[in-house]
Amino acid sequence: MSNYLLKIENVSRSFGRRLIFKDVDYVFNSNGIYGVSGSNGSGKSTLVKIIAGVLSPSSGKIIHSAGGLNISSEKLYNHIGLVSPYLILYDEFSAEENLKHIAQIRGIEYPAQKVNKLLERLFLLERKDDLVRGYSSGMKQRLKFIFALMHSPELIILDEPTSNLDNAGKKTVYEIITEESKAGIVIIASNEENDLALCKEIINLEQFKNKNA
Amino acid sequence: MKAYSLFNKDLASEIRTRYAVNSLAMFILVTISVILFSVGSEKVSENLTGGLFWAVIFFTSMSGLSRAFVSEEERGTALTLQLIASPTTVFSGKLLFNLILVFAMNIVVAALYSTLFDAFIIKNFALFIALFILGNIGIAVSSTIIAAIISKAGSKGTLYPVLSFPILLPLILILIDLTKMAMGGLEAYSAYVELAALVCYNVIMITASYMLFDFIWKD
Repeated sequence: MSNYLLKIENVSRSFGRRLIFKDVDYVFNSNGIYGVSGSNGSGKSTLVKIIAGVLSPSSGKIIHSAGGLNISSEKLYNHIGLVSPYLILYDEFSAEENLKHIAQIRGIEYPAQKVNKLLERLFLLERKDDLVRGYSSGMKQRLKFIFALMHSPELIILDEPTSNLDNAGKKTVYEIITEESKAGIVIIASNEENDLALCKEIINLEQFKNKNA
Repeated sequence: MKAYSLFNKDLASEIRTRYAVNSLAMFILVTISVILFSVGSEKVSENLTGGLFWAVIFFTSMSGLSRAFVSEEERGTALTLQLIASPTTVFSGKLLFNLILVFAMNIVVAALYSTLFDAFIIKNFALFIALFILGNIGIAVSSTIIAAIISKAGSKGTLYPVLSFPILLPLILILIDLTKMAMGGLEAYSAYVELAALVCYNVIMITASYMLFDFIWKD
């Protein structure tokens, strides 16, 4: 069981004069699957990016800690795995080349056994040497799961995790999400009922809009 | 080590896509050809060839070195990098790639230039090597941080030369002066002030780049 703690403290975000959400306040203090829901444009992806540390909030702060120690923004990437439609892998490399380069840049040993197991579960093992350029959108989506999981992060953030997936892919992804939630925190940002059905708690971003702002 | 791995990834990507090398090679050929045609059979002074040498390098750098970050943003892979490495690693990796590219590119330019222009004769070779190394480091560092800034902007193509001109101008002016000295056969101690200014420029640019990059890299 990981001791990962994620605190969202009064986080607001605006783009120019347009307020996306205001004063989101939430603590993720135990393992499990959490949901972020809201209509299109409600800021699900924005909140996910802020949590992942790739976007700054307009106000408020995000605190990540593991084992009681705060994680600096410089080291955050070691603890996070993200899957999202706007995440793009290098299409001039094969799936395996992508994952090997990524492991080297992360400074970890390439977890060949784990990767091969995931490639098999996600029906990509036979195509692992093909260039990502030739992959379908569903295959690219499945590859992103391996990208997000191969370094065994404590916090997994999934933005629209089942987009472009067929039924078999969705089933495998749900199995993986359930397994990973036992060892860490999984956040799903989605509007899909089936995705949100996995979550024990859901943050509805519609509640954090200030219509008068 | 992580920065070296990022450099390796960029090198492997460059070998497959020829994203920067092709545009650099074309630019070198076109610029040198244009100068050759415009000079024709005229006798060009030594000072002018020294100045033109750095003009070729300046414009070639404009055409290819922005690719380090622009290609990541254009292909949408910048987020991937943000999720696998710290800003320091990313900047160091990209800087290493640009350093290798600048040195390779400028060695080719220098070789072509000295073959094609009879007036380009270096009398103090040690001084030329020193200014060449320091100049290339300066160009690589400045180009890398400018590339990081413009990669987040909308009109990348226009912004790169606009931002590069004031930042690279002091460097190019010092390099032109030093090249004249090297061509004139002046001793290295006479060029002490210019060489010191070159070192200072590089130190300032490296320090400022590492301090700024974290803010640039995060949206």
